[in-house]
Amino acid sequence: MCLRVDEHCILDVENKAPLVEISVDGNTIKAHEGEPILAALLSNGIKVNRYTVKKHEPRGLFCGIGQCSDCSMVVDGKANVRTCITPVKAGMVIKTQDGLK
Amino acid sequence: MLERDVLVVGAGPAGLAASIEAAKAGADVLLVDLNMKPGGQLFKQIHKFFGSSAHRSGTRGFDIGLKLLEEAKEAGVEIWLQSTVVGAFPGNLIAIEKGVDGGAKEVITLKSKKVIIATGASENVVRFKGWTTPGVMGAGAAQTMINVNHVKPGKKIVMVGSGNVGLIVSYQLMQAGCDVVALIEAAPKIGGYAVHAAKIRRAGVPIYTKHTVVEAIPGEDGTVCKVVIAQVDDHFNPIPGTEETIEADTVTIGAGLKPATDMVKLEKCQLTFNGPFGGFIPLHNDKMETSKSGVYVAGDATGVEEANTALEEGKIAGISAVESLGLISPKEAEKRRIEIWDRLEALRMGPFGERRQQEKDNILKEYEEKIGTAVEMD
Repeated sequence: MCLRVDEHCILDVENKAPLVEISVDGNTIKAHEGEPILAALLSNGIKVNRYTVKKHEPRGLFCGIGQCSDCSMVVDGKANVRTCITPVKAGMVIKTQDGLK
Repeated sequence: MLERDVLVVGAGPAGLAASIEAAKAGADVLLVDLNMKPGGQLFKQIHKFFGSSAHRSGTRGFDIGLKLLEEAKEAGVEIWLQSTVVGAFPGNLIAIEKGVDGGAKEVITLKSKKVIIATGASENVVRFKGWTTPGVMGAGAAQTMINVNHVKPGKKIVMVGSGNVGLIVSYQLMQAGCDVVALIEAAPKIGGYAVHAAKIRRAGVPIYTKHTVVEAIPGEDGTVCKVVIAQVDDHFNPIPGTEETIEADTVTIGAGLKPATDMVKLEKCQLTFNGPFGGFIPLHNDKMETSKSGVYVAGDATGVEEANTALEEGKIAGISAVESLGLISPKEAEKRRIEIWDRLEALRMGPFGERRQQEKDNILKEYEEKIGTAVEMD
């Protein structure tokens, strides 16, 4: 499922930043360097970013501007990274967050 | 220690306008914002603005954003992105956490003579069964995805709320290639402008007034796959037996905004509750100064309105800050403030604006009665 906006009547939606590879839960996906990690995942149809501590419920994009922390993931070994305001870098290793780690 | 004349928190229209005014008058301005890019919500506003030519009607939000960024650069405003204020201490000290999550972060202490808080607003939520399921999000979040990141939040969207945000974002979701399968409104009437509602009706989106979302049902992958809606009675309670199930993978909630007052609280500025403005807001005077001397506010953080009012309030805050720094004369500052308040009055007219004008007057009056003159608290 690809969710990129590839045509738009007002906006120039072509992302000129280079396409790089990142790893998500062991799978390699393509992402534009500098775009929010969340956007790259969403464009690949990945909508669950973490599971809650107590009830193990899935969470995903909610506010999109760094306020709610629901899109937090483990990035390069560090937990609680708000993926909506963290830019993609080539070779990033991203994992779905389980509880606090 | 790092020292600046003016710290502005939040690089949306209010913060940018305040920074530009202050920097143009010769102040050393630092503008901080937690996001990856400056501009606040302007860059997601791809529609043309309403209003008079003085307020750039007919111009798209992102073009206004680009213009402001250019002006800020010319004026010499220093901008720190991915930077969050995390503390305020006696002696005009502000702690700023700089750096990206997961990367190297540092906390920098800044001594700033004046502080302008332009932190904007956050989205309200409607809670129903399954509202935390991935696929349920703020309408603003969906708008950020399509218009800034150029990624669709999903394919089939149920929009909750028929205020201007709900209506405009529905249209923009369609422009991005999403299918808006229903627009739900609990009130008996559409909340926003008829011109926006007509646009999405013409595009074939069914609008359900007197309805609410009862449940978002997850599929096997844990994300939304079905949405149950129902009619509501006069007290907004769902009427049993009227449920309908809609196939959709996304629920976007456009239920209004509330002022983001965390920083205002950190500075211990006095708050007041104001329903029409979206909740608790900092009391302020016609200089946009709070109960705390040297701390100013502007934009949605002072009550939820729109980009143009935020811009104008930002200018007032910037002018007042440099006035108190002695960089412009009180006479000049007052002259400019009067001009801006006149323009603000013009913006606060009509069926949606009048109420806000009234409330703004009340807030200024309340400030006079309760505070009178801002006090040094440190």
